Amino acid sequence: MAELTINGQKRQVDVDPERSLLSVLREDLGLTGTKYGCGEAQCGACTVLLDGKAVRSCVTTIAAVGARPVTTIEGLEKDGKLHPVQEGFLEADAMQCGYCISGMILSGVSLLNRSPRPTEREIARAMQGNVCRCGSHPRIVAAIKAASEKMPAAAEGGATK
Amino acid sequence: MSDANDSPLVEIEPERYELSEGPAYRFGMPRRDLFRALGGAGLLILAPLPEGEAGVPAPSFVQQESGGGGGRRGGQGGNAAPQEIGAWLHIGEDGTVTAYSGKAEVGQNARTSLSQAVAEELRVPLASVRMVLGDTDLTPYDAGTFGSRTTPAMAPQMRRAAVAAREVLLDIATEQMKVARGDLNAANGKVVHAASKQERGYGELARGQKLTKAVNADAPLTPPAQWTVAGKSARKVNGRDIVTGKHQYTSDIQRPGMLYGKVLRPEAFGATLASLDGSAAQKLPGVTVVRDGDFAGVVAPRSSVADEAIGALKAEWKKPEGVAPTSQTLYADLKAGASAQQPQGSGGGRGGNDAKGDVAAGLAAAKERREASYNVAYIAHAPLEPRAAVAEWAADGKLTVWTGTQRPFGVRGELMQAFNLPESKVRVIVPDTGSGYGGKHTGEQAIEAARLAKAAGKPVKLVWTRAEEFTWAYFRPAGVIDVKAGIADDGTITAWEFHNYNSGGAGLRPVYDFANQTTAFHPVRSPLRQGSYRALASTANHFARESHIDELARSIGKDPLAVRLKNLKDERMRAVLEAAAKAFGWGKPKSGEDRGVGIAGGFEKAGYVANCVEVSVEKGSGAVRLMRVVTAFECGAVVNPDQCKNQVEGAIIQGIGGALFEQVVFAGGTVSNPYFSMYRVPRFSDVPPLETVLLDRKDLPSAGAGEAPIVALAPAIGNAIFDAVGVRLRGLPLAPDGVPLPKASA
Repeated sequence: MAELTINGQKRQVDVDPERSLLSVLREDLGLTGTKYGCGEAQCGACTVLLDGKAVRSCVTTIAAVGARPVTTIEGLEKDGKLHPVQEGFLEADAMQCGYCISGMILSGVSLLNRSPRPTEREIARAMQGNVCRCGSHPRIVAAIKAASEKMPAAAEGGATK
Repeated sequence: MSDANDSPLVEIEPERYELSEGPAYRFGMPRRDLFRALGGAGLLILAPLPEGEAGVPAPSFVQQESGGGGGRRGGQGGNAAPQEIGAWLHIGEDGTVTAYSGKAEVGQNARTSLSQAVAEELRVPLASVRMVLGDTDLTPYDAGTFGSRTTPAMAPQMRRAAVAAREVLLDIATEQMKVARGDLNAANGKVVHAASKQERGYGELARGQKLTKAVNADAPLTPPAQWTVAGKSARKVNGRDIVTGKHQYTSDIQRPGMLYGKVLRPEAFGATLASLDGSAAQKLPGVTVVRDGDFAGVVAPRSSVADEAIGALKAEWKKPEGVAPTSQTLYADLKAGASAQQPQGSGGGRGGNDAKGDVAAGLAAAKERREASYNVAYIAHAPLEPRAAVAEWAADGKLTVWTGTQRPFGVRGELMQAFNLPESKVRVIVPDTGSGYGGKHTGEQAIEAARLAKAAGKPVKLVWTRAEEFTWAYFRPAGVIDVKAGIADDGTITAWEFHNYNSGGAGLRPVYDFANQTTAFHPVRSPLRQGSYRALASTANHFARESHIDELARSIGKDPLAVRLKNLKDERMRAVLEAAAKAFGWGKPKSGEDRGVGIAGGFEKAGYVANCVEVSVEKGSGAVRLMRVVTAFECGAVVNPDQCKNQVEGAIIQGIGGALFEQVVFAGGTVSNPYFSMYRVPRFSDVPPLETVLLDRKDLPSAGAGEAPIVALAPAIGNAIFDAVGVRLRGLPLAPDGVPLPKASA
């Protein structure tokens, strides 16, 4: 039995500690906002925050998570209010099929956690590990940029801590 | 289970050159059942399928699409339109507007643009329209979401249904308010009589009714110039569900008691299962091993256990006889394979074989002649959501499958065939899907999940791995294109001979006016399973054509844009070329020694596109960097400018991959690079500043925007590379390892 802290809540899971965080989130905890895209940490669709930093949940085992807090896409919205990065994506319509977007948003939040005022070039560099096959890249950069301008510089991104 | 293991090595993808046909006869549900199925009393708008969308798919747009096989039954070869009456629109007693279309949402934002069409004609706010898509029990038959048909054909159909509903509401209001019908006005979900200050909401008018009304095919629609909802940018209607992770793609669906499936893949394409020992796998907790002919798979309570169980299966495969083809000899193999066969007619916009004038005389009259062979590799769609399905058998034997496909009804047909079921016993539901790009026309994953669910007696979810998606899906066809042409001193292209081997006929015929030309498509038995891809072969044909025209222009020292315009009467094509050139600043001096600029244009699916690009080519390595891409695009009256731009940018970015570095490598009966770590797709660093000019022609019918903008990018990049370093690249991808530079310049 392991105890995970997901989106601020303690969750008990009776699973093999070598299982991936991705499969436990999706199959055991019903948190399907985190997506499978490749299983080899190459596409970023499965990105979640671990201690406020982006990790690929497909290659992160439950054992490696330990007691550290995990934030998934479901945990960003607070009291009906979207995280500024979520707002940014909505306002820029930075999506087509949307399948990569959870991972994109969490990678964006992670970036703003460590660098609150990134340039467009820094955003593109930080997002390099996230694949969007539909080609919404310019809008995704614009969305994160817009979010960064809205967020107080000291903020650490909503639910990440 | 033939579909699980078709033999792609020995058989060309069968549906590729077939028509996609709907059933010859379908009989509607009794009206009472329709109301029950569609949410209770109210007002229901019925209509036959729009012409050309089901029974008589105009060959020009579906002939080359993949996935036609499964759905065919009854009246094959007949061209009569099916006499189907579909229910398109329902207004409930609470005023809820629900519209029904058999299209699938795969990221092209059909849900949004079709909602706009309904909102416009029904005079309701956009947010009040609920759109049901791709559900074979609820939506009218549809051949599939391909060929850029949603906007030109489905949107007018939704509009006609909405007009019919508005007319009935006005009729009811006239009777209820006892006023002259001409004094009533429908707006904002209400019918208003200004003089008497009476108004009634649509729900109020629909209350207590069980009215059906047929659509008038000639109903006057709001002309684009008077659009108030369409023609304006609207955000993705379910965008909030996307950014919060609430939207459930197929792979997110959970059913009570659901188990996880996994399929055992053959060692090589075309291999058959000689023996299977499932005893070790069967001992794992909760695991069921399934074998049916060449199909083998497992069902388990968790996906991790299913993975373990698949690993525990001991299988012996019998590989097909002979040497497996490889990507090393692909182009020679394609040419050799074609020599035995006659060129075939083919559809696809202006595509198709064609001969006019006298090519030999044209060549003789030319100042310069150029002959060259171009090639394009197989590429993968690599949708970020791999193929997935959830299958559930009800106690009464009815099969329901949720799956991401562009052909819900086609997949229903495949399931009916695979399991010998009548239409009434199969339901396919397509949740908004993690993209397709032409790559999700078939239903193998649905059949696999259903077979596993049948064995397990429980609902089963099957999600293909990335490696499965890269290996067992189908590919954008590879091809060889041979071109021979001549140009006169004044820039007139005097002769044009163009042969496409295997990649396809879409976009084969030039948009230019060449007096002497021959174009032909030569089908070949493809070594890999192949099918539709965004814009079909138009990308390959434009690559060869627009590269060759560039070369002809340079051979006489003329500007490539001027030569294009010299040979072009089509005003719409001229307009996009000129718009792109203007926005780009075509003709200005180079901004650096390592820089080059290129231009190319094209026409596909009633859309016109032109690209101007600037590249830099690094000395030594030959690494290509896109510095800037300008796109001018015209698709008639623009329905949703921002989403249209999103589609154009998406096509350009996806096009970067196929243009510069994407290719499927294969040998020994399998794909050698079936991972994102080995198959390079465009990433943020590959995307240059993009500038998109939309030419909004409100006087012309709206065309789709998902496909055409991809066709001219690769040749524009190739032409720019030539401009930079004088190396003519004739294969796609152009420069997976950089441009091979001559020693002197390196």
